[in-house]
Amino acid sequence: MKPVSGIYRIALKLLMNDKSKFTALLVGITFAVFLMVMMMSMFSGILARSCAPVYNIGAKVWVMDPAVNNTNSSIPMPDYILSASRSIPGVKYAVPLYFGSALLKLKDGTYQAATVVGLDDSTLFGRPEMIEGRIEDIFAENAFVVVKDAEFPKLENPKIGTEFEINDNRGTVVGIARAASSGLFGVPTLYTTYNRAITYIPSARFTTSYVLIEPKSDADIPGIQKAIAKLGYEALTRDQFVKKVSNFYTFKTGVGMNIMMMTAISFVVGLSISGQTFYTFILENIGKFGAMKAIGAKGNELIAMILAQAFVTSLIGYGLGVGAASTFIIIAKLRMPDYAAQLTFQTLGLALVMVMIIAGFSSYIGVRKVLQIQPFDIFRG
Amino acid sequence: MSEAAIIRANNLVKWFGEGEARTVAVKQASFEAHYGEMLYIVGPSGSGKTTLLSIISGILRPNEGSVVVEDHDLWSMTDDELADLRLNKIGFVFQDYHLFPRLTTLENVAIPLILKKMEWNEALKLAREYLEIVGLKDRAELQPVKLSGGEQQRVAIARAIAGKPDLLIFDEPTASLDGDTGRKIVEFVKSNILNEKRAIIIVTHDSRIYEFADRIMKMEDGKIVGYETNHFNEK
Ligand SMILES: Nc1ncnc2c1ncn2[C@@H]1O[C@H](COP(=O)(O)OP(=O)(O)O)[C@@H](O)[C@H]1O
Ligand SMILES: [Mg+2]
Repeated sequence: MKPVSGIYRIALKLLMNDKSKFTALLVGITFAVFLMVMMMSMFSGILARSCAPVYNIGAKVWVMDPAVNNTNSSIPMPDYILSASRSIPGVKYAVPLYFGSALLKLKDGTYQAATVVGLDDSTLFGRPEMIEGRIEDIFAENAFVVVKDAEFPKLENPKIGTEFEINDNRGTVVGIARAASSGLFGVPTLYTTYNRAITYIPSARFTTSYVLIEPKSDADIPGIQKAIAKLGYEALTRDQFVKKVSNFYTFKTGVGMNIMMMTAISFVVGLSISGQTFYTFILENIGKFGAMKAIGAKGNELIAMILAQAFVTSLIGYGLGVGAASTFIIIAKLRMPDYAAQLTFQTLGLALVMVMIIAGFSSYIGVRKVLQIQPFDIFRG
Repeated sequence: MSEAAIIRANNLVKWFGEGEARTVAVKQASFEAHYGEMLYIVGPSGSGKTTLLSIISGILRPNEGSVVVEDHDLWSMTDDELADLRLNKIGFVFQDYHLFPRLTTLENVAIPLILKKMEWNEALKLAREYLEIVGLKDRAELQPVKLSGGEQQRVAIARAIAGKPDLLIFDEPTASLDGDTGRKIVEFVKSNILNEKRAIIIVTHDSRIYEFADRIMKMEDGKIVGYETNHFNEK
């Protein structure tokens, strides 16, 4: 014998057999979930991409100008920062990284912007994983390694040996690398050596974009950060750098604010549609709930019924909304390799929390109403 | 009809509102209902019949007085205890039935059984038997709105007796039925639902059904003003 299961069954039948209310509730919640999930997926996609180089290079500590707020707009630092870094206690080694953009002229004469990463000549620290060719060939004349990401076709799908012009210098593809995660800016990425990068790509007085530091141990990091701060620069761990970039996009650009507002609006719309519909449903059935109370339903049984109605409906709406959003994202990715949205567990969790709040709110107003009923009023008609 | 009391009401007083606005709906009402009897409460509109009915069935708390149903002193019980007592001892037929329009007739009848935590299929099976008693077995899968008023009344009766109550309470059972249907239903209740182990209390002001009463209790202005015993019905 399964106790109390019957009242849940009654509760769900009461709601689901009311086709128009049930449909309105489902549409409201599904729509809200769809919008919230889309917004948040878009945002986490953008964040992940904006931080992609930080993960791809993989250094533990990044030294930069304090004004840098995203990887691609690095501010060149004087060379002495590199040598100063090397003499800080706790530093195992420190290497320079070039990070900038260049204009490529392709074989057919068209121009294409690209991100160029210059790896330290002696260590090749931050080297990518190769799909074709050997990383050592990066030392060959005019050598560049192309990353095979969503932007790869913009270089007309180059092969080893493909030639191009880069800022009026000759470039040759010597290898193809895997992209751990692709960037936000929709341009292809090329790797070369630090020295070739600073010679081929003209820059102002300073050339070092970042200094990458490998500490002797994690315990040395705070000391290193202090020493760098004394020089007027900033040393950030990978996570701190990611956080800084995320915060920049979240708070300093319109992207974060807009997406948060859209998410909040979807939430409020879902909340009011489902709250309103559910409240109407309860009001329409108030006499019936009163009759159940008179017959002998206890307060907590009525609460259980209302919770079942609100939460089961919300979970179905959540499932439909998440299903619709992921279908949308999958199709969009098939059609547009660049499409940035990504569905994360955090997004799913956050949307679930918001749906639970919607369900909680709806059932709260329902429960309040139902507990207020005096069965005596049922007799009085 | 035995003389054992199933319900004893003692000096019940109930008022609504305070100060100037206070109306005393029930004044010092005492009475008993006995096993096996069909007791009517009659009186003009506003005389306190519904209020009294609610107090004796554990739905409305009186300001003074006590109600004992079998061994239970109703108004010394908690809300949950009262709910259990109503579920197990008392069956209600409301004036406008209060059937759930989105459930089938059968599911409506099963509600008290489900509240008694009976397993779903078992509850439906038993509910079907009660529908058969009221002659609506073939209406089991229909929604109540598809039924006539008299049939809905029968569904409400089936639901009221499904919990095997000792006390059945009807509020104005014929108010929304035509004369003939109303009479037939009360006649049916008298001969099929009433038995020596239960009592039926009916609030009405429909004189066409007075002939089925064993006793008629008259109310005026919140007071019980007298009884009529229907000697015609006594064996
Ligand atoms: N909830 C209430 N609030 C205020 N007055 C009430 C309430 N319920 C009943 N009354 C008053 O109590 C009196 C008796 O009402 P009721 O028991 O419904 O009479 P009857 O059922 O005999 O028509 C009436 O004067 C009515 O207005
Ligand atoms: Mg009345």
